[in-house]
Amino acid sequence: MQATRFPARASGPAERAADFISHLRMNGLNVGPQETQDALTALTFVEATDRDAARLALKALLVPGHDVWRRFDDLYESFWFNRGRQRGDQVKTDHVQTQHSKPTLWQRHIDPEADPGAADGGEGQADNSAREAEGIDGRLIATRTQNLTRRDLRELMDEESLQAAERAAERLAKALRDRRSRRYRAALRGRRLDMRRTLRASLAHGGEPIELFRKHRPDRPLQIVALCDVSGSMTVYARVFLAFLKGLVSADARTDAYLFHTRLIRVTPALRDRDTLRAAGRLSLMAEGFAGGTDIAGAITRFNASYSARAVNGRTVVLILSDGYCTSPGEALGRDLAKLRRRAHRIVWLNPLKAWRDYAPVARGMAAALPHLDAHLPANTIDALAALEPEFEKI
Amino acid sequence: MTASGYKALQLDLAEAAYVASDSLAMAMYLSQKLGRPLLLEGPAGVGKTDTAKTLARVKDTRLIRLQCYEGLDASQAIYEWNYQRQLLALRASETESEDAVFTEKYLLKRPLLEAITQEQAPVLLIDEIDRADEAFEAYLLEILAEGQATVPELGTITATARPMVILTSNGTRELSDALRRRCLYSYIDYPDRETELAILHARSPGIEARLACQIIHTVQAIRREDLEKVPGIAEMLDWAAALSGLGINDLSEDPSTVAATLICLLKTAADRDAIPAEMLARIVGKAA
Repeated sequence: MQATRFPARASGPAERAADFISHLRMNGLNVGPQETQDALTALTFVEATDRDAARLALKALLVPGHDVWRRFDDLYESFWFNRGRQRGDQVKTDHVQTQHSKPTLWQRHIDPEADPGAADGGEGQADNSAREAEGIDGRLIATRTQNLTRRDLRELMDEESLQAAERAAERLAKALRDRRSRRYRAALRGRRLDMRRTLRASLAHGGEPIELFRKHRPDRPLQIVALCDVSGSMTVYARVFLAFLKGLVSADARTDAYLFHTRLIRVTPALRDRDTLRAAGRLSLMAEGFAGGTDIAGAITRFNASYSARAVNGRTVVLILSDGYCTSPGEALGRDLAKLRRRAHRIVWLNPLKAWRDYAPVARGMAAALPHLDAHLPANTIDALAALEPEFEKI
Repeated sequence: MTASGYKALQLDLAEAAYVASDSLAMAMYLSQKLGRPLLLEGPAGVGKTDTAKTLARVKDTRLIRLQCYEGLDASQAIYEWNYQRQLLALRASETESEDAVFTEKYLLKRPLLEAITQEQAPVLLIDEIDRADEAFEAYLLEILAEGQATVPELGTITATARPMVILTSNGTRELSDALRRRCLYSYIDYPDRETELAILHARSPGIEARLACQIIHTVQAIRREDLEKVPGIAEMLDWAAALSGLGINDLSEDPSTVAATLICLLKTAADRDAIPAEMLARIVGKAA
C-alpha cells in the first residue's frame, strides 16, 4: 500500500489534517475546524510511527455513528494511501424509471447499500432533494422538484422520491404522536403539584405539607396500523407505498404494518430490521404472490380474526392503502370494515385513484367500504401524501 | 512503557478478563486523555456495559451508574432538594432564613451530580441513553462538555475531578448531533471467532479447549440464522456455564440435553422454533 504523495505546498501535519477533515466533509460528515484541532490534539497521544494507531484514533474521534463507522476505513485509505480522492456524491440524473412488477426492484430501495452508485455520499444528495421538496429553501431548483412531486406516483420510482415518501410518512406519524390528554392524573413524578391531595395528606401532620403529591397530563398518542395493498393493480404504486410504510414504522415504535394481496402478512418486523439486506430478503419472501389478485375483504377478515385484538384499540388509526378493486363481494368488505370500525378510533382509506379526474367510487369494494370510512383521501402523488398531515392533525 | 498508550490499556483490560478490540481500546484511551465522554453503540449483549465496569476495576475507582428510561428527568438524574428536611429545619428553628435551607446539606445528589463531586475521578456509566427523552440529552450536555452542573439556588457546581464518562446506546432512537459531536465513538459488534474464543477463555478459564471451540462455532452459526433476538456474548457465556455445569464435554454426545440447554441462547418461543433439534445437530456436527 503506497502512501499518498502530497503536493509540496501542503507543508505540515496541521495542513494535512485540515485537508483530511475537508475530505471527510466532502463525503458527507459534519466536521469542521474544531475537529481539525481535536484531531491534532488526539494525534499527540499516539505514536507518530504507528499507522494503525493513528487511524484508530481518528476513527474514534471523528465518527459520529454506525453508518460512518463502516465507511471510515475506506475514506481514510482513499485519502492517506493514494487510492485517489473519491467523491461519493455522484450527480443524480432525474430521469424517470418506470417500474415493472418485479420485487427485486423495490428490494433495492429497501437496501440502499445494494446499489453501489448510490451508497457512498448519496445520502447527502437525497437529503438535499428532500429538503427542497419540503420547500424550506427557496432556490430556483425547488420549482423543478415541485413539478416532480406533482407527477403521478406511477411515473416516479427514483430514489429521491422514495426518500421523500418516507419523510412524508415520518411527518405524518409524528403529527399523530403528540397528543396529550387534557385531564390531570396523579403521578409520582408529575410536573405540577396536586394541591388537593397534598392538603388532604397534610392533615395527618398537623397541617404541614410534608408529603407532596404530583400530577401530570398523560400522553395518549394515537398509533397507526397500516394495511397496504400490493396486488396487481397496485404494483405501480407498490415501491412508493412500501417506502411510505417504512417511514411510518420507523417513526414510532408502536406502528404496525401489513401487506395484503390474496393473503395478509405482517411486515412490521421486516421493515424494522436494522440489517437492511436481511430486511429485503424477508420482505421478498413475504411478498410471494405479490402482484396477484386482491382479496381486500378476506384480508380485513383475517386481520380482524388474528391481529386486531392486539394491534387495534380505541386510540388506533387504521390506514388502508388500496385502490379498492376487490375480487370478493362488496357486502363482506362492508361488514368487516364495520366490525373493525367499532374497535378502532378512525379508519382512513388512502386511494391512489381518487385524485384522478372523474373518479367515482364505483368499484364494488370501494362502494361498499365508503360508508364505514372516516376519511377517503387521495394518495397518488408525494405531495398528496404530504398534504395529509393537516388532515391527520384533525383526526 | 513497552507498548504505546492504548496497547497498555488493552493489556490492563485483558488482565481484568475483558477482551477489547483495538478500536475500542483506542477510543477508551483517547477518552481518558482528552477528557471526553465515550459513546458505545452496538447490539444488545456484546459487553457495552461491561466496558465501564471493567474500566472502573482497572482504574480502581468507583463506578457510578445511571440507568436511563423513558421519562427520566433532572430530579432523578442530577439533584433534588430534600424538601421534607428543609421544611422541618424551618419549623424547628423558626428564626432560620430561607437561604439557610438551600445549602448542600439539603441537596440530594443524584448520579450525575454525585459523579462530578467525587475526590477521585469515578467512572460514570450512562446506560441506554437512547431510552431517555430528547430533553434529557440537553441536561447531559452541560455536564458532559463542561463538567459542571447548575443548581439555580446554589450556583454552578464545577467538577472536582472529571469523571470518565461512558454512554451506551442500543440505537432504538437517533441521538442528537450535539451529543454525538461531544463524544468519542466506538461501535462494538459481535466478535469474530478468535475474539469470542479469547473472551470465553478469559471468563471461564476452566473450560476444555475442544468444548470451547464447539461452543463458539455453534453460537456463531446460530447468530447467522434469522432470529428475533440474536444471542450476545452474555448468552454465550451463560450457555457455556450451563454446559459445564451439566458436565457435558462434547456437544455431539447428548443431543437432547444440549437442545434443552439452548434456552440460555434463545430467549423467545419463535427463536426456539427457528432452531429445531435436527438443525442444531447439523451445526454441532460441523463444529466437531
